[in-house]
This record gives sequence, structure tokens and C-alpha cells, in this order.
Amino acid sequence: MSGSPTLYGAVATRGFRRYATYRSATVAGIFTNTVFGVIIAYTYLALWHARPNLGGYGAAQALTFVWVSQSLIMPVGLFGGGIVEEYAERVRSGAVAVDLHRPVPLLGIRLAEDLGRAAYHLLSRGVAPTVVGALAFTLAWPRTAPTWGLFAASVLLAVVIGFAIRYLLGLLAFWVIDTTGFAALLTISQIFFSGMALPLVVFPSGLRALSDALPFRCLVQVPLDVLLREDTGAAALPLIGVQVLWAAALLGVGGALTRAAVHKVVVQGG
Amino acid sequence: MGDALRGYRIIAGSWIRASLTYRASFVTLTLTSVLITFLDFAIILVMFSHLTAFGGFSLSSIAVIYGMSGFSLGMADLLLGNTELVGRRVRDGSLDSMLVRPVPTLVQLAADHFALRRMGRVVQAVGVLGWGVATAGIGWTPARVAVLAGALVTGSVIFCSIFVMGGAFQVFAGDASEVANAFTYGGNTLGQYPFTIYPADLVKALTFILPMAFINWYPALYVLGRPDPFGFPEWLQWASPVVTAGFVVVAGCSWRAAIRRYRSTGS
Amino acid sequence: MPGEALIEVADLRRTFVVHERRGLLRRESRTVHAVDGVSFSIEAGEAVGYIGPNGAGKSTTIKMLTGILVPTSGRLRVAGVDPSARRRELALKIGVVFGQRTGLWWDLPLRDSFELLRRIYRVPLQTYERNLATFVALLKLEPLLGQPVRTLSLGQRMRGDIAAALLHDPAILYLDEPTIGLDVHSKQRLRAFLGELNTERGTTILLTTHDLVDIEKVCSRVMVIDRGRLVFDGGFDALHRVGGATRTVVVDLVDVADPVQVPGATVTRVEGTRQWLSLPADASTGPVVAALAARYAIADLSVTEPAIEDVLPLLYADP
Repeated sequence: MSGSPTLYGAVATRGFRRYATYRSATVAGIFTNTVFGVIIAYTYLALWHARPNLGGYGAAQALTFVWVSQSLIMPVGLFGGGIVEEYAERVRSGAVAVDLHRPVPLLGIRLAEDLGRAAYHLLSRGVAPTVVGALAFTLAWPRTAPTWGLFAASVLLAVVIGFAIRYLLGLLAFWVIDTTGFAALLTISQIFFSGMALPLVVFPSGLRALSDALPFRCLVQVPLDVLLREDTGAAALPLIGVQVLWAAALLGVGGALTRAAVHKVVVQGG
Repeated sequence: MGDALRGYRIIAGSWIRASLTYRASFVTLTLTSVLITFLDFAIILVMFSHLTAFGGFSLSSIAVIYGMSGFSLGMADLLLGNTELVGRRVRDGSLDSMLVRPVPTLVQLAADHFALRRMGRVVQAVGVLGWGVATAGIGWTPARVAVLAGALVTGSVIFCSIFVMGGAFQVFAGDASEVANAFTYGGNTLGQYPFTIYPADLVKALTFILPMAFINWYPALYVLGRPDPFGFPEWLQWASPVVTAGFVVVAGCSWRAAIRRYRSTGS
Repeated sequence: MPGEALIEVADLRRTFVVHERRGLLRRESRTVHAVDGVSFSIEAGEAVGYIGPNGAGKSTTIKMLTGILVPTSGRLRVAGVDPSARRRELALKIGVVFGQRTGLWWDLPLRDSFELLRRIYRVPLQTYERNLATFVALLKLEPLLGQPVRTLSLGQRMRGDIAAALLHDPAILYLDEPTIGLDVHSKQRLRAFLGELNTERGTTILLTTHDLVDIEKVCSRVMVIDRGRLVFDGGFDALHRVGGATRTVVVDLVDVADPVQVPGATVTRVEGTRQWLSLPADASTGPVVAALAARYAIADLSVTEPAIEDVLPLLYADP
């Protein structure tokens, strides 16, 4: 039971195109991201003005953090939405049985589609607000090419991890009737522990330890670390490495749970 | 107006009764809601692990500012938050079913799926506000009490107006419904902090062009007994009711225009 | 107003401007005349069918009658008021059933929807309880009352919608494509219910549909609309006459014979002892049958009605 690379490519393209049709929603999203970016930028400016070099960041790094993290919100699916609700609804209505009986791996297909979607969101709602931010504020960009390459890899891993988390929550709908509570809890945990609400470098040690144990930091903080610390080569490996480990672990659990779900539907007719 | 209130009460009441039949779920959702909004304030607490004052304001003062904004948004979200679903109703045609009933359409939209658990945000805001008010060392006068209580009402009404305008915008703009979020949730995020951290031009815009500074900033200045840090006239601190009336008028007109538009073009 | 019918429509028009994207930036607009000068009047107690092909303007007319859509021009009076101007006031006197969306609350139990509507329409408690009992029994809703509307099948939901539309004793019931997607049995039950509603309670009914049998079974008058214009308004006999349709009498004679000679009918086919006679649709079969029986020995005889399917395309074809 497997799909060819061209199948995944086609699915990814479909994911990209599907979201590309929502033109006015994209414009609205760019506007919203820009507004929030501006508000948070002023907040961080005030904070770093009162405490220069807080968490090892200068003001420029903090501002870069704001705009890049805003760009990552949609690609990593920080606010849940989309796939999670869509999935839970498919399970409730029974439409998911169609998916599970198809002779292609469900997880792989969904991942490919989400990568397509993430690419579109990154290019549209990510780039435009960042340009505005770069014009309005002074940001700190890396000077070396390898850093950008590592950053790209880190963002890709962040998208995969974000997908895996939401996919797992969507699968939960097979066993739990009302997932809205979990979805809300997940959203707030992601916002808080990813570094989105406030860079994790600013967190007091207890909270920092907790966030280090959770996968959410891989969604925002880790890619930003790769970008801002300008670690090259071996020094960046621990960061990328952590993401790879989480991606593998979450996808592995995802695959196992998918098999369990198939079993439940096919054998029990649930 | 009485008809509208009656209609709202009937419909919202039905949803409240329905949600209470699943009591366990309702309790968990409300608690989750409180937790979520608490984490929102936790960010400010984390910031204050490094500071004693932010933008020249103490944690207690910021708690007052935060609580006022959060309460206003929470009440508006509770009462009218579902207006943001109007875009979906236009698309699936269920707006027509509402138009043939003898109840104002806005009332039906607002009361539909009334979610009592949204009280969670209101409860959290009251908690933070209460703590702030108790510890900020305010010199209480009857006027200050009146302004604080009044601001909670006018702030809620302003956010309600913004929700309605967002709904009206959806009828015209379809997919672009997220724009309203920039003003409602964005407005709340903006209002959580003292405006001293924003450039003077932005504050001027929020005072004279899109007067959202009247939701909590100007009343808070009065309650906390702070002179205006930008040197703006003091009477602004009393102007909330007038500004609120202006918001209501604009919201009402925009809503009527939206319904007129739907009824003259179909969907 | 004395002398004015319950529903008065004069030269009603509704145009839409449709924008279409051509390529990346250009937009083309064209004007669609959805309703193009329609006039009719409906008296209280009538059951009228409104039929036409897709896009003919049926739903648009209903939307204007109920006040959802404002006419582009023309005069429109329902129960003496202009629906666009006094929509909410009129709402108390009408009930609407949309075939393709529900007027019930999706996530609430059926019973809750009824309760809500009782209070919204300020139905007196006795009236409500009486109506509810009647419709629950007639439409077999008893086992469904506690279920959320979203769990009901299409047919069940339609029955719920009809009960909901009638709880407040409206003078007029509009139904917009109510039988779409229903199975044959459900359609039959629905038609029987509507027919009874009109004859026993005197509720005025205006029913739009594709399905011709709906109208035959429920209505005494049919209006045919095509491309925004009313091409026919009258009873079924007149419809058949206009359409030039014919009735067929199939007679099985005892013995093989030459084509029978009967006034008012012509033989179209002979197969052994069986002969097919055709006569104009508005003519009575009585005299023909009597003449046949008088002159020939008959083993068996049957009459087939003209299919309405045969009639309508003849009306549509006129430019």
C-alpha cells in the first residue's frame, strides 16, 4: 500500500491551489497579520528598551522574531483550525470511511496536502507582512548563506511537526465524541509554548524547562533560534536534531493511530 | 427595540438550556475558557518577572487596563460574537430562513449558538481587574467609580459595534471576514497595554480616526489619576459615552446597508 | 381591501447583474432578467402550482413574495401589504418551506425548534398544542421529536419543516421545491398532506416544483414560468388544451374488426383485437365509451390521461 512520488506531488499541488483560490481571505489574512505584527512589535520594543539584551536578544533580533513568528502562524497551523475541524467533522459524519478504504496511506496524503497549503500560506501571508515589518522597523537578518539554508530546513520541519500534532488531534475524533475542548487546549498550548506569545528566551527557568520538554517550541522558537543565532554547521545540529526527533516520533504515533483507526472502522464498523 | 430584546432572550435562552443538558461538557469548556484567557495574562506576568514597570505603569495599573479591555471584548463576544458567522449563512442560504421570521435578523444571528461558556473570558477579566483595582492604590472618588463602571459598559458597546460592522462587512466582502478579527481581537491585544508604548501618531489615530482608545485607555487614565502622557486634552477622559454613541450609529447604518444589499442582490 | 385578492402581482420584474471573471483581472457583467414582467393574482384558499425549468424564476418569485428579495419594479401585495416594506409584519401570516435548506435549528432537538417558533410567533398555547398534536400525528413526527435536526434524514427533516411552518396558522404556505430528493413514498404522503391542508383548513398554498405530479395531486391551478415570463396560468384542462395533448382509449374487442368508427375519436393503432383511439384531452371520454359499447362487443377498456410531460415542452418551446 503506497503511493508514487508523483501522486504526492500532485496532492501537494492540489493543496497549494485549493488555498490559492481564497484570494480575498488571503488579503484579509495579510492585513490581520500585519496589524498584529505592528502591535506586538511596539510591545517588544518597549520591553527591550526597558531591558536591553533580554534573553540574549537585541531590539533588532526581538523585532525580527515578531515578524518571522507572525509569518509562521499559518504554515505551522498554530491556531489549529482547518485540518483539525475538517477531520473531526468527517469522522462525525462518517465520510472518513471513504478515506480509510482507499489504497493509499492516509497520513502521507494528508501531509503532502498540508505541505502544499503551508507553502502557499508562507509565500502569501508570510512574505507580505514581513516586508511591511522590514520597512517600518529595523530587523536583523543573517549574513551567511548556510544559515538561510538551515533556516529553510528548520521551517520545513516545523511545518511537518505542526501537521503531525493537528493530525493526531483530528484522529482523536475516532475515539472521543467532542474534541472541541482538546482543540482549544491545544491552541492555547501552542501559542504559549511555541514562543509565539513571548519568546521562550524570556521565560523564567521553570516555564522554560516545561517548554523544552514539549514539541511546540519546534514550531516557532527553534526556527527562530536557527535564524537569529547564526549557528553554522555543527552548532545548529542540536536544534535541527530536536525537530527531526519530534517529527519522527509524532509521525510514528500518527501512523500507528491511523492503523488503529482503520482497524476500528473496517473491523468494527465504527 | 423591546421586540428585539424579547427575540434575543427567547433564542439565547433556548441555546443556554440546550448547553446545560450536557452539563459536564459545559463545565469543562468554561473552565478551559478561563484557563485559556488566564494564559493570556500570564504573558504579562512573565514580562513582569523582568520589570517593575512597563511603559511607565505598574503591574497593578496594567491589570486595570487589561481587565477593562478584556471585560469589554468578553461581553461583546458573548452577546454578539456569532455575528461573525453571517458570511457562512449568506453562502449556505440559511440567512433566508431568518429573513422570513418576525424577529430582526441581527438578533437571530447574534443569539444563534449563544455560548454561555464565553463567560470564561469575562470572569477572567473581572478577576484580573479586581486584583488590579485593589492593589493599584487608586484614590477613589464617586466620579472615578462612575467612570470605571461606565467604561465597562461603553467599552462593551464599542466592541459590540465593531462585531456588527464586521458582520456587515462580510455581507459585502464574503471571504474576507478575517478583517474584523484585526479590529476585535487586535483591538483587545492593543488595549491590553498602556498606550505609552505606542508612537504618538498611532494614539492620535486611535483617538480621532478610529476611536478605539476610548474603550479603556482614556477612562483608565482618569481612574488611575494619571495625566495624559501625550499631553492630549483632559476632557477626552470623559468622552467615552459620546464616542460610543457614534459607534452605535455607524454600526446600525452599516448593518442596515448590509441587509439592504443582500435583499437587492440575492446572494 | 375589498375586492383585492390575497396575493396580487402586477408586472413584477427582477433583474440581476452577474459578474464573471474573464482571465486574471477583467470582469464581464451581463444582466439576467430572472423575473420579466409576471402578473397574477391568487385568492384565499387556492392551491396553486408554479412550475418551470431550472433558472426560470420560480425561487426568485417566492423570495419576492416573502420579502427576502426586493423587486426591481412592479406591484406586489400579499395580504394587502408590500412584502419588501413590511416583511416582519407579514412574516406572522406566512409559512415558508425551502426544499434545499431547513428553517429548523440544526443542532437543537426538533421539539426545541417547535418551542422556539411558538414563542417567536407568539402562538397562543392552546392553538400551539392543538396544531402540534395534529401535525405530529399527520406527519408521524412522534419518534423524531427528541432528535437533533442534523441527525434526521431529508424526508424526516422536510416533514419537520412543514410542521414548523404551520404551527402559527399562517394564511399562506409557500413551498419551494419541497419534494426534491425525497423517495416516492415520502412524496406521496407529502402530497396527500398538502391536499388535505388546502381542502380542510383552507390554507392558501403556492408550491414551486419540477415534479409535475406534485402539482397534479395538490393543486387545482398551475402557472408555468419560462425564462422569467409566465407562459400559462389556468387549470389542467386548459393546460392540456393549449398543449394540444390527447387522451387515449385502449379497447379490447371480442373479435377482430376493422378500425372502429366512433364520433369524436380517431383510431391510431390496431393490433389484433386491441385498438388505440385518440381524442382531444379536454373532450369527455363518456360519449366515446358509450358509442363504443353500443356498436361493438367489448372485452376490456382503459383510458390513459395525457402526461403533463408531453404538454409542457410545447409551452416552453415558444420563444
